[in-house]
Amino acid sequence: MKNLLNSPFVKKMNSLHTVIAILFISTIYVTFCNLVFAEGSLLYVSDYTVSLLGKYLCYALLALAVDLVWGYCGILSLGHGAFFALGGYAMGMYLMRQIGDRGVYGNAELPDFMVFLNWTELPWYWAGSDNPLIMILLVFAGPGLLAYIFGSLAFRSRVSGVYLSIMTQAMTYALLLSFFRNEMGFGGNNGLTDFKEIFGFSLQSPDTKLALFVATAVMLAIGYAISHFIVNSKMGRVVTAIRDAEDRVRFVGYKPQHYKVWIFVVSAMLAGVAGALYVPQVGIINPGEFSPLNSIEIVIWVAIGGRGTLYGALVGAIVVSYAKTRFTAIMPEAWLFGLGGLFVLVTLLLPKGLAGLVFNLMDKIDPPAKESNAKAIINNKNTATENK
Amino acid sequence: MLRLFPLLLFCVMSFNASAAVSETQEPSALSSLVEQLPTTKLNKMAPLIENIAATSAPQVRDILEPLIEGDLYYLKSNKQVVSVQKNEQNKYELIDVLTTESLPAVKKSAIKKVRTNNRLRGQIRVLLANLDLMSVEEGVRLDALNQLLENPNQIGINLVTKLVKTEKEDDVRELMSVILLINQLQTGANEEKLAAAKQLSERLEPTVKNALVKQLDLLPKQDDTAELRKALVKSIDNIEQSASVYGLVENLFFGLSLGSVLLLAAIGLAITFGVMGVINMAHGEMMMLGAYTTYVIQQLFPNLIEYSLLMAVPAAFLVSGFVGVLIERGVIRFLKGRPLETLLATFGISLILQQLVRSVFSPLNRQVEAPQWMSGSLEINPMLSLTYNRLYIILFALAVFFTLLMILKKSSLGLHVRAVSQNRDMARALSVKSSWVDAITFGLGSGIAGVAGVALSQLTNVGPNLGQAYIIDSFLVVVFGGVGNLWGTLVAAMTMGTFNKFLEPSMGPVLANIIVLVGLVLFIQKRPKGLFPQKGRSAE
Repeated sequence: MKNLLNSPFVKKMNSLHTVIAILFISTIYVTFCNLVFAEGSLLYVSDYTVSLLGKYLCYALLALAVDLVWGYCGILSLGHGAFFALGGYAMGMYLMRQIGDRGVYGNAELPDFMVFLNWTELPWYWAGSDNPLIMILLVFAGPGLLAYIFGSLAFRSRVSGVYLSIMTQAMTYALLLSFFRNEMGFGGNNGLTDFKEIFGFSLQSPDTKLALFVATAVMLAIGYAISHFIVNSKMGRVVTAIRDAEDRVRFVGYKPQHYKVWIFVVSAMLAGVAGALYVPQVGIINPGEFSPLNSIEIVIWVAIGGRGTLYGALVGAIVVSYAKTRFTAIMPEAWLFGLGGLFVLVTLLLPKGLAGLVFNLMDKIDPPAKESNAKAIINNKNTATENK
Repeated sequence: MLRLFPLLLFCVMSFNASAAVSETQEPSALSSLVEQLPTTKLNKMAPLIENIAATSAPQVRDILEPLIEGDLYYLKSNKQVVSVQKNEQNKYELIDVLTTESLPAVKKSAIKKVRTNNRLRGQIRVLLANLDLMSVEEGVRLDALNQLLENPNQIGINLVTKLVKTEKEDDVRELMSVILLINQLQTGANEEKLAAAKQLSERLEPTVKNALVKQLDLLPKQDDTAELRKALVKSIDNIEQSASVYGLVENLFFGLSLGSVLLLAAIGLAITFGVMGVINMAHGEMMMLGAYTTYVIQQLFPNLIEYSLLMAVPAAFLVSGFVGVLIERGVIRFLKGRPLETLLATFGISLILQQLVRSVFSPLNRQVEAPQWMSGSLEINPMLSLTYNRLYIILFALAVFFTLLMILKKSSLGLHVRAVSQNRDMARALSVKSSWVDAITFGLGSGIAGVAGVALSQLTNVGPNLGQAYIIDSFLVVVFGGVGNLWGTLVAAMTMGTFNKFLEPSMGPVLANIIVLVGLVLFIQKRPKGLFPQKGRSAE
């Protein structure tokens, strides 16, 4: 183990390469096993599993978005589910229009729920929703705009900490209530569902599902690369500094609110993309996605994975989601006990999450050079002062 | 058919006669009318029943009430009319309606029902109400008059004309005069109508306004009616004006009662979050525990529903308070000074508590019964009535609020709590056991949440999600009012409730809720420290 970690190849690799490599290999593996092996074979990966993995990867992207603001900027958003859902709704609108006249009422122009409500024409905000380019634009613009408005209002007046968390929660709660209304024009209680095809490919076919999975993996890799670039850039350093001592950053001459708004918007857009990829894979988007509970679940993924480390967010999202899938199948009653217990235990015992745990273990195996360097510097200083 | 004809003739004749001399009928006339009941056809029953009622004999009620219920039968053998009650041996106990004597029980085959239909039942109800007009009890008379006001009928009005002269109670006579004035407005000559319209302008009963509006619609457009038209319009305006005033008062009342609910939900949080600075996301679940405690108390003492709420208040305080102390000792004290972690951990606790309740009590909503004294309403005038449960909620919320205020301001515990929250180290140096104070304070806040849950059990469904619905609102109330300021919480809760209720009529409850939420979020942006920010040393 020690040798492996110290080998020159591994040393050169940073976390970005590792994560992308792992993502790449596992995507290839899943694709290969799904396409090549026949059903019943030991290595066969079923279509169901592919969809499930696609879902997990969407969650991972969402967790990445939350980690970006929480782990690196100290903004605990309890409303990221709202950005996720908005992205999902943008995609849902497009998918809804792709149904065309194959709906129950056979209306080529209007989605079923509008016909049911006796509407005669599309509301203005549905204009152009059948255009994939406008859909993609909306996936970014919807969550981005909300984050910009909310963020610039909140950060300019220096709302921070717990107050901000509660306000983000109120935001997603208000959206939940509004999307439940039929008059809102997004299908009310039932949301948008019954999709048929995306970009002309049937959503029911296993090939489309596989393609969506691959697309999600690619988007996750891109999102990871962007996040990695941001946090390691100069800007990212300022953002981290804001997390640790906002006042000092302000005194030095930076304007923390600009950085905060900026990172909040980027994070919201990432969440929106995750939502847009999620919807075609699960086949439905409804106001339930706005519920504050969902947003808090995202936070727990990040907390368990280890906030402040991008890969921690991915690991947390996938591990917890997998546990949820298994637990809810075996003993649905116990899941909430488990989730609640996780919240308590992780905050009490694992403040740095799984990533922190792994680091601690690695430190034990291979004590980091940093510490000895620091000691050396101190020693130098001491000798320097003695020499004087 | 031929055989019945003379009978019908008799009916019609006797109806005309009885209307004129209704009160002087002999009891023997009643018996002859009752004898006709079994043989009269359904479509000829109406005049017959009217005649029976017109006799004003003491037995009339005993005849008509069973007739509505379908308990009026006659014996097949001798056509004797009886009211019937089924007993345990599947036999039917009979009471002669004329003599009120009990007769030996018989089998079902020996009797036959006197037929009625819904139209007749409606008529009978009106007639029974008119009987009430002559009751000795004032309340019964008032009820009957109100019913007459809703469904006017000629017999009733004639009766009132006669009774108004001998009536002694003021409010009864007033109501009678209103009925007569409406009648005058509808049937009188133009001058009489004018007088009636003027006199009715002060009345608040909805029927009065309807009658006025109807008269205005019916009025021909002629010069000689101009004055009447003016009087009518003026009266209607007058009534509408007072209606809008009372509407405002009612809205305010609804707003205050909603505000009291918010206050109850937020007040415990004002202690744990406001004074101690602990973000307790499980606060809603403390309320839920309180509501379930009420349910359990009602299950344990099913005979004491009337007192169940009084018993539930201390019980809920203890249960929620105990759980609160456990949470503080078990989790929160290890997370001191880390608010975001506290938030997450307490959220986890709230999930566990919800699931616990779901496992123990089932995920379905539980029915908590309302005691008798909570139902009904306090009628101030015909346009304004305040329901008792809302009234009690307001009083209860204020009582809890002031109790808490007293505890914090006057008791030594309150002194310690304030000391620890202002300067923990200094308080410790002065031998205040800060960790003990923390636990007790958290228990107090949680216990009050439990008490709030008792009140909520009367207003909403008692289910595992009860707390979640209030958690965001209650945090916003505390933040809106200014953290650490109990008076601020009171003002904030009442303002939020009133705003909500005033927006509701024009845009529906959900949108009103959303607008209040968005408005609050914007407000907090402007004044992050709330309505009444803390000043001085304890401010950050």
